Amino acid sequence: MVGLSFGAVAVASGAPLWLPVLLSVVVFAGASQFVFVALVTGGSSPLVAALTGTVLNARMVPLGMGVADVVPRTGWRRLLAAHLLTDESAAFTLPRRDPEERRAAFWLTGVLLFALWNLGVLVGAGLGGTVLASVDPSDLGLDAAFPAVLLALLVPALRTRADRRTAVAGAVVAVAAVPVLPVGLPAVVAALGVLAGRARRRGGDGGAP
Amino acid sequence: MTWGTEHWVGLGVLAVATFALRLLGPWLAARVGGGARAESTDALLAGLAVAVLAGLVVTQALFDGREAAGWARPLGVVVAGVLVWRRAPFLAVVLAAAATTALLRLLGLP
Repeated sequence: MVGLSFGAVAVASGAPLWLPVLLSVVVFAGASQFVFVALVTGGSSPLVAALTGTVLNARMVPLGMGVADVVPRTGWRRLLAAHLLTDESAAFTLPRRDPEERRAAFWLTGVLLFALWNLGVLVGAGLGGTVLASVDPSDLGLDAAFPAVLLALLVPALRTRADRRTAVAGAVVAVAAVPVLPVGLPAVVAALGVLAGRARRRGGDGGAP
Repeated sequence: MTWGTEHWVGLGVLAVATFALRLLGPWLAARVGGGARAESTDALLAGLAVAVLAGLVVTQALFDGREAAGWARPLGVVVAGVLVWRRAPFLAVVLAAAATTALLRLLGLP
């Protein structure tokens, strides 16, 4: 469903038909793909869009550390396993203890998700290209779809009070930066919001759900 | 939109950087070990993603570049927020946001 929406919204917002499809194969990380397309179709510099997407994908590092044992040590299988690393494949692998089970869970989730995600995006892009292409995206309210998607990805991550403080600080910093920074960059400096989440945690008040 | 060289560069940077980040985890684990260190890094980077996503939501909801986006779009996003909060399915959230915005525009709201 997320893949389908991504393909459809991307193409309907004016991205070429192949862009969401290519992104899904070579980047294969949902939120960063949405962000890249939203920023680029919104007129921000592609490098800024790439930078923002990369910041969102920084979590791949600790996830990869957590499932390092299932990644083969050498060869093309190592590269393939790395590419299949996502929130989902890590989430299905991490709770298991048995090495064989972990390996099976990782590969099964990774391959299945890659197949379904790309299929969804392909179908979505096709729909976006045929059904929605003839209409003005703003008449369809599609400009509201990107922030709505990002909100749907954000809210489940707001588990603790520190998380919510981080989010509010990020939002405030970004809005304050809009008049002074090039289009697209405000969201990158929103990363500073992470300081708000951590500053008071040291004081001992954050972290409670 | 017109697709130029700088777009290819941006796409390439995102793809290569993401792949490098994916390889970095297992590489680091082999050198410094996983466990507690991975968990504290994860908390920091998860916070980073939260802050950036929140920044993106508000800037994308309120602005068109540097111009205010009007009322229809932010109100559509508010509807999406309520639905997310009520744990509505993903597709319903996206469709409701777009439909609300489209309807408000149809009624003449900018």
